[in-house]
Amino acid sequence: MFVIRPVAINLPALQFTVSDQAILQAVNLTKIYRSGDRDLAVLDDVSFDIEQKATCAIVGPSGSGKTTLLGLCAGLDVPSSGEVKLNGNSFKGLSEDERAALRNREVGFVFQNFQLLTNLTTLENVMIPLELRGERGAEKRAKDLLDRVGLNERLDHFPVQLSGGEQQRVALARAFINQPKILFADEPTGNLDGDTSQRVIDLIFSMNEELGTALVLVTHDLDLAEKTERVIRLHSGKVQADSNAVIA
Amino acid sequence: MRQGFFKSLFSGWTWRMAWRDSRRHRGRLLLFSSSIVLGIAAMVAVGSFGQNLADAIEVQSRSLLGADLQVNSRQDFTEEQRELLDSLGEERSYQTTFSSMLHFPLSGDSRLVQIRALDGEFPYYGEVETEPVDGFERFKKGDGVLVEENLLLQFDAKVGDFVNIGAVPVPVVGALKTVPGENMVFATVAPRVFVPDDVLAASELIGNTSIARYRVYFRFDSPESLSAAETELNKIRRKNRWGVDTVEERKRELGNAMRNLNRFLNLVGFIALLLGAIGIASAIQLHVRQKLDSVGVLRCLGGGIGQTFAIYLIQAGALGFAGVIAGSAAGLAVQRYLPLAFQDFIPLEIEFAIHWWPVLRAAGVGFGICLLFALIPLMQVRRVSPLIVLRRSVAQIGGKDIWVGVLYLAIAAGVTGFAISQTRRWEHGVGFVVALAISILVLLVVAKFVRSLARVFIRSWWPFVVRQGMANLHRPNNRTGLLMLALGLGTFMILTLYLAQYGLVAELLPNEENNKPNAILFDIQNDQLAGVLDILKSQELPIVDVSPMVNMKLKSVKGEDVRDIARRPRRLEGDDGPPRRGPRGRRPPGWALRREYRSTYRSELASTEKILRGEWIAKASFDDEFIPISIEEGIARDLSVDLGDELVFDIQGLELTTKVASVREVEWRQIQANFFVVFPAGVLEDAPAFHIVTTRVADAEASARMQREVTREYANVSSIDLMLVLDVVQSIVSKITFGVRFMAFFTALTGVLLLITATLNSRYQRFREGILLRTMGANRAQILWIQFVEFSLLGIMASFTGILLAVGGQWALSSFVFEVDFKFPVFPVMAAVGANYLITVLVGILGTWGITRHPPLELLRAEA
Ligand SMILES: Nc1ncnc2c1ncn2[C@@H]1O[C@H](COP(=O)(O)OP(=O)(O)OP(=O)(O)O)[C@@H](O)[C@H]1O
Ligand SMILES: [Mg+2]
Repeated sequence: MFVIRPVAINLPALQFTVSDQAILQAVNLTKIYRSGDRDLAVLDDVSFDIEQKATCAIVGPSGSGKTTLLGLCAGLDVPSSGEVKLNGNSFKGLSEDERAALRNREVGFVFQNFQLLTNLTTLENVMIPLELRGERGAEKRAKDLLDRVGLNERLDHFPVQLSGGEQQRVALARAFINQPKILFADEPTGNLDGDTSQRVIDLIFSMNEELGTALVLVTHDLDLAEKTERVIRLHSGKVQADSNAVIA
Repeated sequence: MRQGFFKSLFSGWTWRMAWRDSRRHRGRLLLFSSSIVLGIAAMVAVGSFGQNLADAIEVQSRSLLGADLQVNSRQDFTEEQRELLDSLGEERSYQTTFSSMLHFPLSGDSRLVQIRALDGEFPYYGEVETEPVDGFERFKKGDGVLVEENLLLQFDAKVGDFVNIGAVPVPVVGALKTVPGENMVFATVAPRVFVPDDVLAASELIGNTSIARYRVYFRFDSPESLSAAETELNKIRRKNRWGVDTVEERKRELGNAMRNLNRFLNLVGFIALLLGAIGIASAIQLHVRQKLDSVGVLRCLGGGIGQTFAIYLIQAGALGFAGVIAGSAAGLAVQRYLPLAFQDFIPLEIEFAIHWWPVLRAAGVGFGICLLFALIPLMQVRRVSPLIVLRRSVAQIGGKDIWVGVLYLAIAAGVTGFAISQTRRWEHGVGFVVALAISILVLLVVAKFVRSLARVFIRSWWPFVVRQGMANLHRPNNRTGLLMLALGLGTFMILTLYLAQYGLVAELLPNEENNKPNAILFDIQNDQLAGVLDILKSQELPIVDVSPMVNMKLKSVKGEDVRDIARRPRRLEGDDGPPRRGPRGRRPPGWALRREYRSTYRSELASTEKILRGEWIAKASFDDEFIPISIEEGIARDLSVDLGDELVFDIQGLELTTKVASVREVEWRQIQANFFVVFPAGVLEDAPAFHIVTTRVADAEASARMQREVTREYANVSSIDLMLVLDVVQSIVSKITFGVRFMAFFTALTGVLLLITATLNSRYQRFREGILLRTMGANRAQILWIQFVEFSLLGIMASFTGILLAVGGQWALSSFVFEVDFKFPVFPVMAAVGANYLITVLVGILGTWGITRHPPLELLRAEA
């Protein structure tokens, strides 16, 4: 595997990226949890890069550290050691708010349990990422995206009024509204049945394609993993195998 | 580019988001806000009421006295004095007041009243109100007497009936309602009867009575002549033993008294507010706990800490604001009725007017306190990790949150500051806060105890419903602590006030076991004594005690003329301390020197007396070099005299040289004729004397019969029985406590409100549980029983803790402040426990309402 390492210049007030190759870089990530007086290494020296527009699946047995890894990559958590760079910007040393801002700019999320705000309508849920940064025109974009996922009739419905598949499609629209460079999905079909899953998966891949977003997908589903260009297999917190387009 | 907290707070989106996110919770949030409504209402009402009072004092200040100035004396004015008084002011009214019996010939009843004779045009300001309205005019024309309205009601008499003053029958021309400057309480103690001069003269009562008071009311045209008169009077007031009262002084006194009352009420209302704020905090705590996921999602999607915090702060603020608005409205409504609670004490007409400043101030304090309390649970929002979207159980971000500590400090400082601003003494303010903190702490500790008891004590063989009910007390999200506070604090407040009232009244109750006297007859003249005693004997009433009473004045103490002593400087040379009464060398207080000593003579000690020092001497004669007397310890201290010291008394011009032979301790609380100075037998027998007779009557009827008979035979003899005194005292005490209880009621009601909201609250939590139980086959009765067990335990524990606190507080109060014996009224306290328990269980049971009424499936859908 050959990757051109990007050269990032970090100046105190100014951060910009020279490389346009790797959107996500995980460098020697280690995550250790203390339980009692024992240290538990959930992730142990994990490194990989994800290029722009690439698709990648993270697979592995339950408890192998997939979700932990995803959390670190998205800047939701801080590694015990190692570093994550998003689009060349390191999470290292950033405050909670700065990490949130970086996420807001670069990252889209899809979760197993959808994570829609239950008191907000479909439309309002989708607009949040843009509204959080005080951007105008959120409504227009949100409507376009909801149209794209086939829910333009359900703008004023609340999550409880939608089926699981529909909720996940709303989540997808929300994930793409800020035109992220990378989409993280943790078991996006884990709570859906076969047919519904298929529809959501198709949407994820096609929208990814259209918008030129990189995709990092955590899944148990090997069929799903097959659809990605690359599979990273975790075992006990270590990268056991990492291949482009593994054919099982 | 990231929106910080303050910027977010002013961004429209944050408010919109707060609004959107509150959907489906709005009803519940509004319900929560009700917990501060009563606290705010109490403070708004008291604040606005205080302003109205202050205004009334200002506007009606001159009717506080009915005149510009008044001079009071215990002796009738001499010719010389009258001449001087008549030279002052534009107009004058002389009033003479003394106690005597008023006889109602129709019913045959008699009652000790305050007889007043009045001339001149008093009142110069304000009105003497009577029913019918022309009563006062007719009294002035000499048509008849005015009698206190309550007294007429009490004896079933009406205007037009005849009453006897002394032996003179005279018609009642009006029921007396108010006299400028006098309050109802005063009138309850001594009902007033205005009597025309000729009737008074005909009754021959004056001169045959021991205590009379004389007063002149003045009207002045200009402030200059008023202040000139004041200066003039101040020069001679001491010498003449006069009291001088002006409108300004009255205004100041009344203003102070009203401000103190107002501050006290404000503090009582503040407790309700604090309890409500605790309720708000716990509601926000619950709200935040349910919002953690939403916070996590927002943070995950790129929301800043300050930004998300602002959203929930706005929600909490809106909740508080709703409470403040509702509370202010309720407070203004209540304020209309506050004057009713206190009107008997306030010699003013209080107008209802809305004053925005006190309302705003109270609302502001309330909102501030409420927000401070809400901020504590809100702080958790700042510590939600975005990782929560991936994993439910994640630790919070950041280390220890110093802001929570800062908030606690701010609350402590705010509450203490407010308390001090109300008590005006930092010791009292801090004392209030410490007492409150201890109460809260005790309740919380008991709550903890209850929780662990419930955990440790459950036995597996206990019935299922008991185990479930007890488990509810310690399960996650239990409301045990909050409910203990809500119920306990309310019980504590109400009971404390009740016990204080009870303690004060109980102190006066006659002791039933022994034959203590409970009725007293006085102003009996030498030649009437035998007759009075005969009447008692004929009615088979015991004569407990007969004491002659001789009026005398002090002439000199230890060889020094009292006038010289009174002129002595307050401080001796080289004495920097504050002037104190007591120790030798210091000047005794003026009243002790100038007072009229009503002394008795007898050969034995009374049962209420004890010799502390010296020797009791039973008999003496004028042949002795000096007369040995016994003196009460307190007055001995005041006069700085002890065994062997010489006192010279003046009895209507006759000087008697005495020496202190013994110092006595007297138990004043007994109804008994008690005296400062007791002479031995054999000296005063021929001096002009009144006699006091004490007896014991079995009931009100016997008392009335005795009084009727005595008044008929000897119109000038007055009598009063302890039952009547007790009635009066009780009515005064209950009037005072009514006002206070009115305010304390806000706390108790807030407690009940908290109970209701918390129950509805846990209803949301317990809904699923209840359904689950039902789907597993539990029947309605079982679910009711579970709730019953839980709320029973809560109710009982909270009541008992509240009682314990109240009893503890009462014990401390009675031991250290009132110095009375601590008494515990078992029945009322048990009634309080019972009521508390019933309310708690009732609310608890009602809380299960929906859960047991619907089929489980329906509920599962509704809740999904
Ligand atoms: N806060 C924590 N403290 C201690 N251990 C933790 C914590 N969070 C996660 N773990 C442990 O880390 C390991 C990896 O968890 P993770 O959720 O990343 O696994 P996963 O691969 O996503 O599993 P699954 O496929 O079941 O979702 C697990 O053994 C888990 O118990
Ligand atoms: Mg996982």
